[in-house]
Amino acid sequence: MADPLVGGNKENKEIAVTDEIPYNMLVVRRFAVMTVVWGIVGMLVGVIIAGQLAWPALNFDLPWFSYGRLRPLHTNAVIFAFGGCALMTSALYIVQRTCKTPLISNGLANFVFWGWNLVIVLAAITLPLGFTTTKEYAELEWPIDILIAVVWVAFGIVFFGTIAKRTVSHIYVANWFFGALIIGVAVLHIFNSLALPVSMTKSYSIYAGSMDAMMQWWYGHNAVGFFLTAGFLGIMYYFVPKQAERPVYSYRLSIVHFWALIAIYVWAGPHHLHYTSLPDWAQSLGMVMSLVLLAPSWGGMINGIMTLSGAWDKLRTDPILKFLIVSLSFYGMSTFEGPMMSIKTVNALSHNTDWTIGHVHSGALGWVAMVSIGAMYHLIPLLYGRKQGEMYSVRLINLHFWLATLGTVLYIASMWVNGLLQGLMWRATSVDGTLTYSFSEAVEASYPGYYVRFIGGAIFLFGMFIMAFNVWMTINGKKREEAPSQATPLVASGASA
Amino acid sequence: MSTAMSWFVIIGTLGTLVAAMALLFSNRKISGNETTGHEHDGIQEYDNPLPMWWVYMFIISTVFAVGYLIYYPGLGNVKGIGDWTELKQWQDEVDRHEARFAPIYAELAAMTPEQMAADRRASQVGRRLFINNCSTCHGVTAKGGFGFPNLTDGEWIYGRDFEAIQSTILNGRIAVMPPWGAALGDDGVNEVTEYVRQLAGLEHDTAAAELGVAKYNMFCVACHGAEGVGNEALGYPNLNNDIWLYGGEREQIAFTLRHGRNGNMPAHRDMLGEEKAKILAGYVMTLGE
Repeated sequence: MADPLVGGNKENKEIAVTDEIPYNMLVVRRFAVMTVVWGIVGMLVGVIIAGQLAWPALNFDLPWFSYGRLRPLHTNAVIFAFGGCALMTSALYIVQRTCKTPLISNGLANFVFWGWNLVIVLAAITLPLGFTTTKEYAELEWPIDILIAVVWVAFGIVFFGTIAKRTVSHIYVANWFFGALIIGVAVLHIFNSLALPVSMTKSYSIYAGSMDAMMQWWYGHNAVGFFLTAGFLGIMYYFVPKQAERPVYSYRLSIVHFWALIAIYVWAGPHHLHYTSLPDWAQSLGMVMSLVLLAPSWGGMINGIMTLSGAWDKLRTDPILKFLIVSLSFYGMSTFEGPMMSIKTVNALSHNTDWTIGHVHSGALGWVAMVSIGAMYHLIPLLYGRKQGEMYSVRLINLHFWLATLGTVLYIASMWVNGLLQGLMWRATSVDGTLTYSFSEAVEASYPGYYVRFIGGAIFLFGMFIMAFNVWMTINGKKREEAPSQATPLVASGASA
Repeated sequence: MSTAMSWFVIIGTLGTLVAAMALLFSNRKISGNETTGHEHDGIQEYDNPLPMWWVYMFIISTVFAVGYLIYYPGLGNVKGIGDWTELKQWQDEVDRHEARFAPIYAELAAMTPEQMAADRRASQVGRRLFINNCSTCHGVTAKGGFGFPNLTDGEWIYGRDFEAIQSTILNGRIAVMPPWGAALGDDGVNEVTEYVRQLAGLEHDTAAAELGVAKYNMFCVACHGAEGVGNEALGYPNLNNDIWLYGGEREQIAFTLRHGRNGNMPAHRDMLGEEKAKILAGYVMTLGE
């Protein structure tokens, strides 16, 4: 163990306590840095395609740069590259710390890191070239799918192997969620991706017709459920109590909402296929299970936010905690919005409109990105030999927080407006029963929303560049001289300011 | 679905809901200790009770789910007491729509084309029908586009009479210009291109156009007629004007000659019915004036 990156550090008393345990922090560091890098890449592509929708000339008539090719690159990059790296950073860090044992295999952990990043690079090459299975969020062709499965199983072996040789009796809640993530995504990915290859770059799904659609949305919705919800709740369950320095609000709530969440989520997929050729019974089940899902989803929000009770004042001074708590607010909002949109009557209005895009981004930007950013700001100083909270600049974290919040709000509000506008324009009828508007009129009316969405996304991306700068300076051992990030008291205290 | 599959769905669904409720109720009571006593990397867990408003929300949504599944189809082959199907809902909406709006269309369709042209209501309804059904190809302004005829220029491939337009809408049209590249050769294509431009009154190479006449009379005349007058009855375009479905530039005409073109106006009889097609034909006819 000559590698200086493996193991804790002397400066931080918390890590020093367990210094005898040779934690593998190297792989955690690498994943943490790549989280920031892929976050910027994925969101940059997002801003580019938002620009293309507002100004179609930005497609430049280049096939590989066109919206249709870049959109799956954006979704894959933010979900699997940025989100995936955030999850692997957190899972591999938390499983070691809460099990008080190092990873079972550093070699396998390295394989997971390099393998996962290879998948991302392959996605970034093949998607612009137009190789696609056309299944949303599962566009990558079969050779890459196999690589994903192998890397994911290796991740599972490292994770569960480490759980198995833990030196504490209980398994911490965060690890339940990571466990569900790993098992759930393995099953979803493998079964949805089953296909008959016809060449190295082309395959056909083994499912046909409505069954293919049902498999796709069973996968698609549970990618949201297990990857973007369960996984990030795992992040929340460790970093919120750590950052707030408070016990988790309710262990009972953890138990009930965990099991209810994973048991009910798997039923919700058919709500993506309302009023289609999917059989009526499956549509009904998808809808009611989505409604029942509200309570289990909110369990996580309650547990996270209530963990702060008794320490609310910290929100004034700690921008990392702001990130974490606001992420839970967006989580609660989008997990309320989701069940509402799954009601057939509401879905008849919202389906195929920008409302769906807004809903996804209130989860993706507000919840997934914000909780990941908060976790990284907590973790990166610790990984680079500093005390908790000792980023290069806390004020820059605060600035990033406000940019991220403003960007998210502009994004989702513009898409709500666009969604309602499109839904209402599409269904408006005249006195003779004909449609009042042509499709292109609804597109024309959507442009203001597209501009606002582009601005919101660009602001969010700008925040990520500030984060990258802050992380870079932190890694290089710099610390900015600055006044503490503290709200000014409302009552003026004379000249003492 | 099979009976076994149906039972699988029923048991799976109700089993999940029952299990969720059992989980909820079995965790109502707390130990009375402040924390669970676990500690993970410095994190403790309070043994706080479940928030009651949250418990009620969970119960109410589950009860609603069961009620919904009693009324609507959901539990395997069980039809639900509401006797609802997606298809029935659709049919009901279509029937209601028809009953409400049919009188309007019956009244307007009873007019002659001349009456329709003079009637403000008929032209408004016609315009809306056009926007709903035709604008995707012919454009909101009816000026068409590459491969899609302009309906406002007064030139009618199948003739400027009401019956012809109505028939185009109801039955559709299939237009085929065969490829002549092999028969004409490169020189032939260029020569006929120049002659066709001459017929249209466009700038052209006189010498080449003269060579093209003989070839035109061999290959093209059967459809487009002597000196390009066309044939409205069969839908062969008139070449004596500067109106082009596939472009009048040299390369575009040469491409048409070499590779041919296929035009397809889909039939709308099943979508629109006779009455709406008639009102639409009346409206479309006025566009060319």
